[in-house]
Amino acid sequence: MGHGGSAPSRPVLLACAAPAVAFFAAFWLLPVALLLALPAAKGWDTYFAVLTHARYLQSLLQTLGLSLAVTLATLVLGALVGITLARQRFHVRALLLSLLTLPLSFPGVIVGFFMILLGGRQGLVADLSEALGAGRTTFAYGLTGLFLAYLYFSLPRAIATYTAAAGSMDAQLEEAARSLGASRWRVARDVWVPELAATTLACGAIVFATAMGAFGTAFTLSAKFEVLPITIYNEFTNYANFALAASLSITLGLITWMVLWVSRRVSGTTAF
Amino acid sequence: MRNARQAPALLMALTALVALFMIAPIALSVVAGLVNNYSVGLKSGLTLRWLGEVWENYGGTVGWSLVLALLCVLGNLLLGVPCAYALARSRSRWARLFEELLTLPVAVPGLASALALILAYGQLSGFRQSFAFILVGHMVFTLPFMVRTVGSAFQKNELRSLEEAARSLGASFAQRFLGVLVPAVLPAIVAGSLMVFTLSVGEFNLTWMLHTPLTRTLPVGLADSYASMRIEIGSAYTLVFLIVILPMLWGLQAIGTFIEKHHGT
Repeated sequence: MGHGGSAPSRPVLLACAAPAVAFFAAFWLLPVALLLALPAAKGWDTYFAVLTHARYLQSLLQTLGLSLAVTLATLVLGALVGITLARQRFHVRALLLSLLTLPLSFPGVIVGFFMILLGGRQGLVADLSEALGAGRTTFAYGLTGLFLAYLYFSLPRAIATYTAAAGSMDAQLEEAARSLGASRWRVARDVWVPELAATTLACGAIVFATAMGAFGTAFTLSAKFEVLPITIYNEFTNYANFALAASLSITLGLITWMVLWVSRRVSGTTAF
Repeated sequence: MRNARQAPALLMALTALVALFMIAPIALSVVAGLVNNYSVGLKSGLTLRWLGEVWENYGGTVGWSLVLALLCVLGNLLLGVPCAYALARSRSRWARLFEELLTLPVAVPGLASALALILAYGQLSGFRQSFAFILVGHMVFTLPFMVRTVGSAFQKNELRSLEEAARSLGASFAQRFLGVLVPAVLPAIVAGSLMVFTLSVGEFNLTWMLHTPLTRTLPVGLADSYASMRIEIGSAYTLVFLIVILPMLWGLQAIGTFIEKHHGT
């Protein structure tokens, strides 16, 4: 056997794993295998529909662009707020941190609704801008609304991650840099950025992947700016175009999985 | 003298701004769910009418969401905990492969997993129209969280020697597993269960595709009310989520911390 004295026997391990393996094979592996095979029935080029149809390509590129922009904004804001919260000792710090991470347990639909409350036709911003004599401004259903909504559900994770990472940062390194006369910017560039690089990579990957696959938020906002999950949903439910919905799902799944996989390989930490 | 650990005023202002952005919509929604007429504002007076209406139309979704989340935790305990043990102790290449596959449903968007489930089992109408269909989706999505959390606890070296000691004293595998191993990783099991519960209660991406008119969960009902109802109803329903679900999550979190403190290694 060569497993050392305490290793349980093979049959025991197999028996322990069998229920989960059977469940997973029946309810994920088999369904996904069917999903992978489905576009082939309509011809092999169905797999590449996202590249050959201008509409789907546009939807994909819009989703990629939006997710990248949201990821960048989330990382910058999350890092700055996280570092601030980690080193600031004010009374309400713990309360503020728990309030800021509260939305982690909100379903995406609630976040979409929040944007309607802020920037919808009856929204707060519309009331404010009208009071200022600028007419009723709405942004909830367009690109701005989606961007802010995605930012809303991404920020809590980044803030929590950066607060934890910045809290455990080596203070001596920074003291040393400062005592050698380094400016704030030098400290930020040469001390903070390298120390937070692994956190940034792992957090960025999960934020990007979540944004790519976010369905509930976009669904609630029924946005004019079409993202890929909405395209997939429409193809499936409105046009009963199952092969195409499958092909687009495969594209979306491949992109998010690859981003998470690469970040895990590079940073060595798990993103979730 | 300037304190080096003090954040500059600019960062403090930015933090305040971000906090406002995160908290204002929550406050706005709470107020909107309690006023008589949202377009008139607080002047129209406060009321519990909308809450009552939501409870009448959607009260059932709250119970079903909680039952589903509990069943999801239970299923994860039965399938996930033994599997986590097997994966932690096995060195075979198959175990590593399975571990890798198991995390895919987290990486792949929920919409795709839901479509796959519908393609495979949509024709089984008894299954398709029951809550079991949603439960299966939630379990596939949450299983990796449980297996990962508990698996890393099983990998500790002290636990191997503990297990060895129990074995040398003649304990059977069942006795060792339930009497020694599971109590030793209890904090991880509690943490995993909490994570699974939270994920299941809020899950929408899969659930929206898997639900039927008779099998609705809280997030599904929310989306439905947002799409078709007044802003007061949507806000009151959001308020129900905040009042019912969040205190429950906090309570569970407190229990988890308590167990960690009194049971932790």
